[in-house]
Amino acid sequence: MTSDDALLNPARSFQGLILTLQRYWASQGCVILQPYDMEMGAGTFHPATTLRALGPRPWRAAYVQPSRRPKDGRYGENPNRLQHYYQFQVILKPNPPDIQDLYVKSLQAIGIDTAVHDIRFVEDDWESPTLGAWGLGWECWCDGMEVSQFTYFQQVAGFEVAPVAGELTYGLERLAMYLQGVESIYDLNFNGLEGDQKVTYGDIFKQAEQEYSRHNFEYADTEMLFRHFRDAEAACRKYLTEGEPKPGANDQRHLMAQPAYDQAIKASHIFNLLDARGVISVTERQSYILRVRELAKACGAAWLKTEGGGVEA
Amino acid sequence: MPDLLLELFSEEIPARMQRRAAEDLKKLMTDAFVERGFLYEGAKAFATPRRLALNIVGLPVKGQDVREERKGPRVGAPEAAVQGFLKSAGLTSLDQAKIEKDPKKGEFYVALIERPGRPTEEVLAEIIPQIIKTFPWPKSMRSGAASREPGSLRWVRPLQSIVCTFGPETEDPVIVPVQVDGIAASDVTYGHRFMAPGPIKVRRFDDYAPALERAKVVLDADRRKDIILHDARDLAFAQGLELVEDEGLLEEVAGLVEWPVVLMGSFEESFLSIPQEVIRATIRANQKCFVLRDPKTGGLANKFLLTSNLVAKDGGKTIVGGNERVVRARLSDAKFFWETDQKVKLEDRLEKLKTIVFHEKLGTQYERVERIEALVDDLKAIDATGQAKRAARLAKADLVTEMVGEFPELQGLMGRYYAIIQGETESVAGAIEGHYKPLGPSDRVPTDPVSVAVALADKVDTLVGFWAIDEKPTGSKDPYALRRAALGIIRLIVENELQLNLLDLFNGGLQLYRNQRGQDFGATFDANDLLSFFADRLKVYLRDQGARHDLIDAVFALEGQDDLLMIVRRVEALGRFLDTEDGANLLAGFRRAANILRIEEKKDGRNYDATPNHALIERRGQPEEKVLLHVLEDASSQAREYVKREDFEGAMRALAALRPAVDAFFDKVTVNAEDVELRENRLLLLNAIRQATRTVANFSYIEG
Repeated sequence: MTSDDALLNPARSFQGLILTLQRYWASQGCVILQPYDMEMGAGTFHPATTLRALGPRPWRAAYVQPSRRPKDGRYGENPNRLQHYYQFQVILKPNPPDIQDLYVKSLQAIGIDTAVHDIRFVEDDWESPTLGAWGLGWECWCDGMEVSQFTYFQQVAGFEVAPVAGELTYGLERLAMYLQGVESIYDLNFNGLEGDQKVTYGDIFKQAEQEYSRHNFEYADTEMLFRHFRDAEAACRKYLTEGEPKPGANDQRHLMAQPAYDQAIKASHIFNLLDARGVISVTERQSYILRVRELAKACGAAWLKTEGGGVEA
Repeated sequence: MPDLLLELFSEEIPARMQRRAAEDLKKLMTDAFVERGFLYEGAKAFATPRRLALNIVGLPVKGQDVREERKGPRVGAPEAAVQGFLKSAGLTSLDQAKIEKDPKKGEFYVALIERPGRPTEEVLAEIIPQIIKTFPWPKSMRSGAASREPGSLRWVRPLQSIVCTFGPETEDPVIVPVQVDGIAASDVTYGHRFMAPGPIKVRRFDDYAPALERAKVVLDADRRKDIILHDARDLAFAQGLELVEDEGLLEEVAGLVEWPVVLMGSFEESFLSIPQEVIRATIRANQKCFVLRDPKTGGLANKFLLTSNLVAKDGGKTIVGGNERVVRARLSDAKFFWETDQKVKLEDRLEKLKTIVFHEKLGTQYERVERIEALVDDLKAIDATGQAKRAARLAKADLVTEMVGEFPELQGLMGRYYAIIQGETESVAGAIEGHYKPLGPSDRVPTDPVSVAVALADKVDTLVGFWAIDEKPTGSKDPYALRRAALGIIRLIVENELQLNLLDLFNGGLQLYRNQRGQDFGATFDANDLLSFFADRLKVYLRDQGARHDLIDAVFALEGQDDLLMIVRRVEALGRFLDTEDGANLLAGFRRAANILRIEEKKDGRNYDATPNHALIERRGQPEEKVLLHVLEDASSQAREYVKREDFEGAMRALAALRPAVDAFFDKVTVNAEDVELRENRLLLLNAIRQATRTVANFSYIEG
């Protein structure tokens, strides 16, 4: 039975899960974006969330974002932890009054029957020191397992989020493991086929996990990374300054908020790599986080001076 | 009399905030009524994860009518005064006022002002939005399209709807026209999110609560707790097991469900090799589940109890299966941590403590370990075995184990487990766990000398460090729990009857910081200031033990008191002494002497603090004076001797011998004699009495 139904069944394939969520959120009026083409620690860093959360314009988007957490690498040996995994991210601004129902329906769409599964919203507030962002919300439980993170953004890049945006983050691998009933991420069926044609998560990513764990913990060139951190920081500042509207000019919009923000994303990931390599002391750690936050804040301020950030063209 | 039903229906309220929020709602509402002169018969508030509800019974239909008479100007007063009066009384002409006569002032106008009481509904529509908008949530948020504008409603999570009805039992209640940020009150609520999500029309509390119950919502948190507890005990009993009760967890779990359904899951028996505290912490913290004890083994059983929020179609099979998966994964992690942690000896972990900052200005945990080790050396008198040094060295090593990284609350305990496994003595292992103790006024105080020494050193180091960087507790702020540390030291010393000179310890502790951080570290450190902090804590401690605060003050008023045990003994002895007749009389004598001295010293503008002139007394003094002088000298020197031997009872007995001589002196001798020389000398004698009592306490602080 390799009909489309089987291939796209979220309980049968990892990609089926992604496609089902995309379809569901597309039908709720979200633009379905593709992953941002930069390394980042979480889907929240995608400008479609961070920047678009700021300013008055309504915005609905959903996308998969590969997330890199260098420190979480386990050389492919831990069945539950990866240094590279996928998040499915939804952002709805302003959050509609029925956002919780929409979320529950998304679970039903991927095959979670709420007549037999125990769905719960358990307090979990979210804060990202590097993004200068925080919100209140829950971790969403399905039978005692955290399957999503649900946050009402209150502040991003140090600015009040007005109107408030609702953010949903699904941990795709964990959700898929539950749906497929497997005990290791690497055993996840990726393409929904069986026998020779079956491709597992491990077939695709196990080698990468081993290689990147080696890289993250042992070989990443720290001298280069320190340099790149400084470069990204300087470039971010430069683009922010150059993009500032000229005093007295008619057009008071900022011209390079997004290129500057790319550099902030870069600095954040480089910091994570350095942290995994263990070359940043505890005291320095705080100051690095602060430096990234300053960049993110300045980028947020610049974004608010752009069309996307609400300035009339 | 009409009743009020108010329900604030929202998205899931954090469990820890629910009970308090219900109480706050009740208080704010009833206070608002009382403030406006409305009486009510009773009020009760409820909370579930999705709603706060309040039932106020026996409210009046409207407030009381107010009738008041206002006096105006006299008849024939200037026009301006008349106009002012009419305006303030709300009248249009003087015809509406009546005229009264006063025998002194003559005729004047009086306005009769009647204000009918406001309808309760109207008052409700006014106070409820105010209370909602200023509700004291510990954390609150904005949401939805309304949050585009500044000043939009903040609630703990988005507020969805409001039920607000008001009316007597016999009639259909009205919906109170409450409006908050676009939400209008109605008489419609909703049941359980999954089992009965539809709208429910309600009239008043009497049908509201049963309607919710039918819609799978148990409104009362205490009832939810009872259900969970009873079902949990029953399920455990049926398996021949005992529930490990946990009030904190029960309270939390009752705040996570509207319709509790307790289910039993199990895990592989092989996980029982993990210490039971770890199993419990894992299952409790991550899964909010209860663990079970097997009475046959006394240890934990390989079962747990979860509380779901659903009567599942399959009887809960899927839910149990899912929870078991998570528990298994968590216990696998814990087992992995438990096993890997054992591969590295505690002493080999010290290097890693160098990367853990204890406090930015106080250095790393490693530096802390080095100081505590050295401090333990100063406490050799406590631990004669020399094991305390070893225990101090290993005391913080478990901070860098995987297990403590995951469950910080297991610090110390894991260190003890790992210490026993690597062959440390019971005392050393016990001290690794016990050196954090006591963690408050009711926590157990360690008694093993090794534990006591490390526990003292740990706390002295903390206090000295934070004092040196001027991070002292202020008001209600004590982020480093320094009051608890000081109380810990007090309890360790007093309850183990230890004699220590705190000032020496403090200065020793500071020197250790200076050795690491430079001689100018803590330049403003004042050991006496830290000691006076201890004095305050000791007062609190002794007061809690029932000692009189004035006696504590009397002892603390003596200079250089830094031996806590001696202070406590002195206070005790003083209390007993004052209860005797001798003590009470000596106190009376002291007071008489002190009073006269105070007055005369003020009058003369000088202090009488020299030694009395013996020769003068021998030559010209009255017999009672001579006796007093001798007795004073004897008693004082005896008392001093006793104090030296730390026999405070003895010292006070010696002072008691003063009594007849003091009494006789006051009976027969006139202090304020004509003869200037004699007067001065008698005042000096009084001073000698005052001085004698100071060998044990400063009597001027004693009350009553």
